[in-house]
Amino acid sequence: MKGYRKYFLNKGLWFIVTFIIAFILNFVLPRLMPGDPVAAIVARMAQGSSNATGVQAIYKQYTELFHTSDPIVTQFVIYVRNALKGDFGYSISQYPRTVTDVIKASIMWTICLQFPAIIVGWLIGNTLGALAAYLKKGFDKVLMPVSIFVSNFPAFGMAVIFVVIFGVGLKWFPTSGGYGYDLMPAFTWRFIWSVITHYQLPFWSIVMIAIGGQAIGMRSMSIYELNADYVKYARFMGIKDSKIIRYVFRNAMLPQVTGLALAVGTMVGGALVAEIIFSYPGLGTTILTGVMGQDYPLISGVTLIITLMVLVATLIIEILYGFIDPRIKAAQSD
Amino acid sequence: MKHTLQQVFHSGKFVVGFIIFMGLLLTTIIYPLIVRNDPLEIIGQGTFFPPGIYVSVYDSIGSTRYILNLDEAAANRIASKLTDTDRLAMKDWLVADGIPDYEIDTTDTVKLMDQWVSNYSPTASIPGMTIAKTRYYQRLNTSLEGILSKEGVTIATRNAESGALEETGTVLQSDYVNVGQVANVRLLPLGTENFGRDVLTELVKALSVSLQIGLVSGSVATLIGLTLGLLAGYVGGMMDDIIMFLTNLFTVIPTFVLLILISFSIGQEHRGPNTIAVVIGFTSWVWTTRAVRSQVLSLRNRDHVNLSKLSGHSIVHIILNDILPYIASYVVMAFVLQIASGILAEAQLSILGLGPRTTDVPTLGLMMNWALIYQAQVLGMWWAYIPVIVTIALITFSMNLMNTGLDHVFNPALRD
Repeated sequence: MKGYRKYFLNKGLWFIVTFIIAFILNFVLPRLMPGDPVAAIVARMAQGSSNATGVQAIYKQYTELFHTSDPIVTQFVIYVRNALKGDFGYSISQYPRTVTDVIKASIMWTICLQFPAIIVGWLIGNTLGALAAYLKKGFDKVLMPVSIFVSNFPAFGMAVIFVVIFGVGLKWFPTSGGYGYDLMPAFTWRFIWSVITHYQLPFWSIVMIAIGGQAIGMRSMSIYELNADYVKYARFMGIKDSKIIRYVFRNAMLPQVTGLALAVGTMVGGALVAEIIFSYPGLGTTILTGVMGQDYPLISGVTLIITLMVLVATLIIEILYGFIDPRIKAAQSD
Repeated sequence: MKHTLQQVFHSGKFVVGFIIFMGLLLTTIIYPLIVRNDPLEIIGQGTFFPPGIYVSVYDSIGSTRYILNLDEAAANRIASKLTDTDRLAMKDWLVADGIPDYEIDTTDTVKLMDQWVSNYSPTASIPGMTIAKTRYYQRLNTSLEGILSKEGVTIATRNAESGALEETGTVLQSDYVNVGQVANVRLLPLGTENFGRDVLTELVKALSVSLQIGLVSGSVATLIGLTLGLLAGYVGGMMDDIIMFLTNLFTVIPTFVLLILISFSIGQEHRGPNTIAVVIGFTSWVWTTRAVRSQVLSLRNRDHVNLSKLSGHSIVHIILNDILPYIASYVVMAFVLQIASGILAEAQLSILGLGPRTTDVPTLGLMMNWALIYQAQVLGMWWAYIPVIVTIALITFSMNLMNTGLDHVFNPALRD
């Protein structure tokens, strides 16, 4: 454990630096755009209104809200101070709720949906890929084209197909929402059951997408390892096949873990869009309402939270990777 | 070069992917030459007309009529008018009247009608049947008699002065028109979508715009990635450190988030397809940079590069002649994948409502977005979204097949 200090420190430092830069980007990007963002917001809000003093008042209010008349450094300081307190201002489209309230209501849905789905998809995908590499022949011939096709399918396409087949066609599961529209969130059996049935379609559609990509990667990694010299040597030594396979897959797994750390961002992006198809009450749907309502503070808050989530997930995977990759352990004992 | 191309076209996967892709590309070129309609023209008054051939009713009345005596015509007419609920109701009455259950087949229209006509009498009272139900059967019987009648329909025009109807002709049940002779027939192979536009024409236009988006974003991403990768790998030193820092940074910060932020900030009015494509390109160069850099690193100390350096060639010359040819195959593969992911990224952005502005051109993502907003997937209007999904899947599938094919040619280790 002691030997890992340098590795963890390095990863932790990276996490902090990346987060700070992502945070700055979140602040700077919208302000880099040509034109006055406040004027644009006011113009959208005041559409059809001919009352000049009213428009002026709205403009003044938003200038104060975003502090756009202050110098950019002051703006940044205020932004940081508010963000540290968890205050992202009021949501425009869902006034008088604050952005923090809106995010609080949706973030758990996204976390509980996406991370289990990605992990389950990753596990199943890797198992199938390894089996395809080992068994070859029939299994491989069937699995590979299917995986290639599935992994090329856009996440939202898979979501729509699932809705149509299992929701509209077979009527096994409800097509939209996170729970029955006639229920209020509460700890009753009926509510929990409703949440579980609504969970199935989004969950499995995300899992399916993850399986395809992972299976392909794991298969080629395993084929590569199975042809490695140490496998041949072990065979000559008369070591049992089942034991060799354990070595092979452990080695083939390692790049897959790093791959997962790098792919989490993309997967979350695709899954957020899939949420929209199911009208799942998570962050994806929140982004959509934010876009529809031209709700600047909400979009900014949600993107920051998503970035944080992805960064944390990446950090966790990298820490786990430190424990399972023998090379890192070896490097630390020097 | 010629040899490489030959090898590439010997790879089955590449050829299949190439054929699919060329098919899509040719469709976008040839289809507009044949069907010259404006892809965004709103032709349908109403949403989601199912696919089929639309024949003008007005014109078919005026066309030459042919009399065809077809046996099954009456049965077909009745079958299309009788709903499933009516059939079940008829069965219920017949069973209540004493006909055994197994003798009644609700799918066999002719037999069902025979049984109904021979057994039903409006005056017969079935024990236990409410008056409302009895009335329902009387109404059903009247409408069935209407369908069964052998008379034609009278066509009348309204006299402009007196307002009286004047008979101008009759249409018999055995009258037919030849579709080829009707002045106005419109084929809508994929029906219309929520705005009443022809889905197929729109889809072809959307495909060409999306391919263009993919091409632009792929070129931008590959160019940036290639330049940065070459600089980092060949120049090295400080330049390498800075570029690698940026690359590592943007690998971890989700591109999707950057895309959302930038597209939202640009604003709806300024988002054209090309702007979106450039934005996508600017956020997806990371992987190309990484891979190009690592390949250049392994190349820069090879003998032929050192020989070039000793001969006093310039950096540009060395990069163009001694390094690029070795990484060209990889860059082409990365470019192919970038096109596919650019098209996907546009689709995802559009579903979020952050795609190109909606007034100029359709894109695959925008069509998907409209279908979803109008709940086409729940309403069962498959023609509005399935073709779009299939098209997107075909593009990415063909690109990936080509990529795998190239991979097998250039990396012999992967061949089974």
